[in-house]
Amino acid sequence: MLSYLTGRLLALIPVLLVVAVVVFLLVRSTPGDPARVLAGEDATPEQVRMLRRDMGLEGSLPTQFAVWMTRAVRGDLGRSLFNRFPVRRIIGQHAGPTLMLSAMAVTVALCIGIPLGVVSAVYRNSWWDQAGLALAMLGAAVPTFWLGLSLIVVFAVNLGWLPSSGFRPLTEGVGRSLTYLLLPSLTLGVPNSALIIRFVRSSLLDVIATDYVRTARAKGLGERLVIFRHVLRNALVPILTVVGLTFAALMGGAVVTETVFAIPGMGQLVVSSVLRRDYPVIQGVTLVVATSYVLINLIVDLLYFLVDPRVKY
Amino acid sequence: MAERSVEWRGRALIGERPNAAVLFLRMVRRRRIIGMGAVILLVILAAAAAAPWLSPYDPLALNVPERLQSPRRAHLFGTDDFGRDIFSRVVFGARLSLLVGTLVTVLATAVGVLVGLVAGSSPRADRILMRIMDGLMAFPDIVLAIALMATLGPSVRNVIIALGFVYTPRVARVVRASVLVIVNQDYVEAARALGASRARILARYILANSISPVIVQATFIAAYAMLGEAALSFLGVGIPPHVPTWGGIIAAGQVYLRQAAWISVFPGAAIILSVLALNLVGDGLRDFLDPRLRYSS
Repeated sequence: MLSYLTGRLLALIPVLLVVAVVVFLLVRSTPGDPARVLAGEDATPEQVRMLRRDMGLEGSLPTQFAVWMTRAVRGDLGRSLFNRFPVRRIIGQHAGPTLMLSAMAVTVALCIGIPLGVVSAVYRNSWWDQAGLALAMLGAAVPTFWLGLSLIVVFAVNLGWLPSSGFRPLTEGVGRSLTYLLLPSLTLGVPNSALIIRFVRSSLLDVIATDYVRTARAKGLGERLVIFRHVLRNALVPILTVVGLTFAALMGGAVVTETVFAIPGMGQLVVSSVLRRDYPVIQGVTLVVATSYVLINLIVDLLYFLVDPRVKY
Repeated sequence: MAERSVEWRGRALIGERPNAAVLFLRMVRRRRIIGMGAVILLVILAAAAAAPWLSPYDPLALNVPERLQSPRRAHLFGTDDFGRDIFSRVVFGARLSLLVGTLVTVLATAVGVLVGLVAGSSPRADRILMRIMDGLMAFPDIVLAIALMATLGPSVRNVIIALGFVYTPRVARVVRASVLVIVNQDYVEAARALGASRARILARYILANSISPVIVQATFIAAYAMLGEAALSFLGVGIPPHVPTWGGIIAAGQVYLRQAAWISVFPGAAIILSVLALNLVGDGLRDFLDPRLRYSS
């Protein structure tokens, strides 16, 4: 286990290095001198020079990368050009809503995906199976922003049951906070449940075909007991991967949903910083999002070990 | 079924190869969903091609007295806040969506195939290229696309470049995995023994035999690209807002959800239909081209 963990951590280094190089080059490939553009037309050469130094744009490209990387590893991601706040602090403020939204969206996706996946597999080729697969296909084709707007029209504008946008932290009351998160979670959870339905179905079908399930049936166990005790327990282990991947993808993929519902999360931060050309924030957020994605994948792999005793490293 | 497979293989052995149309009809007959997806796609393609004749109005023409008209005979899909005909804008938007979907797929497939071939056939290149691909795949698609658009600036060309860049690693991974299997096959060894050049082996034997998963992946990339373009335009970082795109029309309509939901409903339905059609074709092709599924069905 220890050697596997060391190997996995070492393998992360080149991946994270590529991530860092891409993020670094994003700003460096901007046409012209970013410092000159950002300082504005009225800036004096001295102000531009100061800004260049502040942004780590002095020296050769490898030198600039080394300076930027050293700062980033220490947690210094620079300051926002818009409000001069440290990027690390801004990201910290926006991480909470995204984490809450992602957790709730994964819950919604699981609540829809697991029952429909089980029904599709147990009643294979039935009407239920076809309906589950059709829902999965439709879920994969619906643009999240369109689904979000449609839910706003139905549940906020016409029925008036839920707020149309905004975010309330848990400190303002759990119920109130969840009310604001329900529509965005459905917007993200429904399309993501498509993947879970298909994954649960195929995983269950694999397990149903195994010898120990046949043995369980031969012993005379009821079908319900066979499915819940023998099939589902074993089939749910691989589903951990898809849940982990979905959660990791939502961390950044919530961009559009956060914009539609005006949730002050990481996604909205990406969009607003791009529209303001706030390069240090763009760099900081993309770096943090990509690094979290890589780390969550690693954690999921390690969880396998804890959940499934058959997995040996 | 088994007899038919033997018959086909027999025909293949004597060198009789069915043409593309026959092969397509055979695929449609065995996997009906390919046919369904293909028909929907053809209708959308035809509508896009005939946009100037099909559209009753200029998609850019402002007509303020007719603003926010609900769907009716004069305006099938209603009008937006500037009085522009939504039907005409959706039909012209199809051109751009299909253009972006196609060109992103071509770009990502061309670069991805090249990277996958090189990585799969050279262990030294594999170590470098696949680490780069892993690094690129660590970014959520839309985040990387938005960040690239921030650098490149909003335009149709840049959306194609950004999305092409984002989806290249998916193709590269598929091709590499395929090449790693094929490169050790006896027929590749035989070609090498007969003195075939490295380039010929790559093109004639390895690429030709790994093309099936690439075709399937290409249909999914076209679907992702159409969704990606719509999302970028919706967020205002993609194609400039005056150009009619499905995502852009939906974004413009979100202010008027209460009084004119039709502005966003129709372009949304167009996106869903196109992506669904591409996914149907992709799923059908995957099932058809997978020999395990082909001979068992």
